[in-house]
Amino acid sequence: MVIPPARGPLTASLFAALVDGTPLAHTDLLTRLDGDGVLSDDDLQLALWVCYALHYESVDGVPDDREWDLDVLAFRQALEERFLAALHDLAAEVVDDWAHREGDVGDRLFALTDSVEGPSLSRHLHRHGDVVQLRELLAHRSAYNLRESDPQALALPRLDGPAKVALAELLFDEFGAGRPERLHSTLFAEAMVAAGLDPRYGGLLDRLPGTTLAITNAMNLFHLRRSLLPASLGHFGAFEATSSEPSRRLAAAARRLDLPPAVAAYFDEHVEADAVHEQLMFRAVCAPVAASGPDAETGVFFGAAACLLLEARAGQALLDAWTSGESSLLPAADDEQLAS
Amino acid sequence: MTARVSATPCPGGPLLLRGVEEVETADGTVHSVDRPVVALCRCERSQRLPWCDGTHRALARGARRTAGDVAPA
Repeated sequence: MVIPPARGPLTASLFAALVDGTPLAHTDLLTRLDGDGVLSDDDLQLALWVCYALHYESVDGVPDDREWDLDVLAFRQALEERFLAALHDLAAEVVDDWAHREGDVGDRLFALTDSVEGPSLSRHLHRHGDVVQLRELLAHRSAYNLRESDPQALALPRLDGPAKVALAELLFDEFGAGRPERLHSTLFAEAMVAAGLDPRYGGLLDRLPGTTLAITNAMNLFHLRRSLLPASLGHFGAFEATSSEPSRRLAAAARRLDLPPAVAAYFDEHVEADAVHEQLMFRAVCAPVAASGPDAETGVFFGAAACLLLEARAGQALLDAWTSGESSLLPAADDEQLAS
Repeated sequence: MTARVSATPCPGGPLLLRGVEEVETADGTVHSVDRPVVALCRCERSQRLPWCDGTHRALARGARRTAGDVAPA
């Protein structure tokens, strides 16, 4: 992928370190950042996103060994500590409401999911949205969906027994169920092309705000750290459990707006697939992991709450922009429109 | 692939079917299956019958709202 333009001191320092090996002095850079602002900080979230991208593929102009450069890892960890603290603050109340209560863990995870009232982007797009807004939604989602389920595959070697088997079964489906043309990331790339968007990984990064990047960054933070395995599974479960119904509406929106069939096809696939996946994740993966101990249960509920609350914040930013008649994307550096 | 077929009911949700090749509905329509696990709708309100599309959760949310019981006990 191509490194995007820096958007502040954190990305400027990180990108210089990645490309030229310039020493990273992160302690000064981080003093201005604390609390809630971390969750939507455009500079910090882009820096984290690029740190994680190093684990997945080559970045133009960056030596591959920088993936394990100790300065880069220390920089990432410093950002992660602030991000993780902000996520705990964000999720504390919801976790307290639902973890360690009476009743089945799977039931409580579904109840938690249904209790977090996010703005419904899919409802808006289903009834009122225009083509520009649906394309913007695809652009935001490209931060994750071009590598759909890749972070979650990192949980597999850390599980054992029935939970491992259930996750493997789910991931097999995400990764095409034996048919390369059905890889969900490929279906998403085809939807992007059909909608006239650049389908290269990271190709639209410079347009994506911190609130959007935070969703993928939370996934990677959780999935890369073994100590956060329960949170990574709770996150994946909540992600899948908020996909089926919205996907049905987004497929309908794509048809109403006469977009090429690949766009509706992507969402259609997720209606039936995620109605299965949400059950597998909450009941066959999260529940046995939560049963392994009180900290694991707290972690599962934390991951689920963090997913839903980050999605709600990011979604609200899109709806607010659209309600004001504005674009939900950051301005293009060169006045290019989103269309390719 | 094994020929073993299994069915797992999800509380308040669909019936998960593993290892099936097709599902025939009451009207005689045969729905072919092309994924390892499918969720069969049990609330009969899905818009993708015979498959689950998550509608049971929307119904349950509506029922909870009517009962004024949204917050956990």
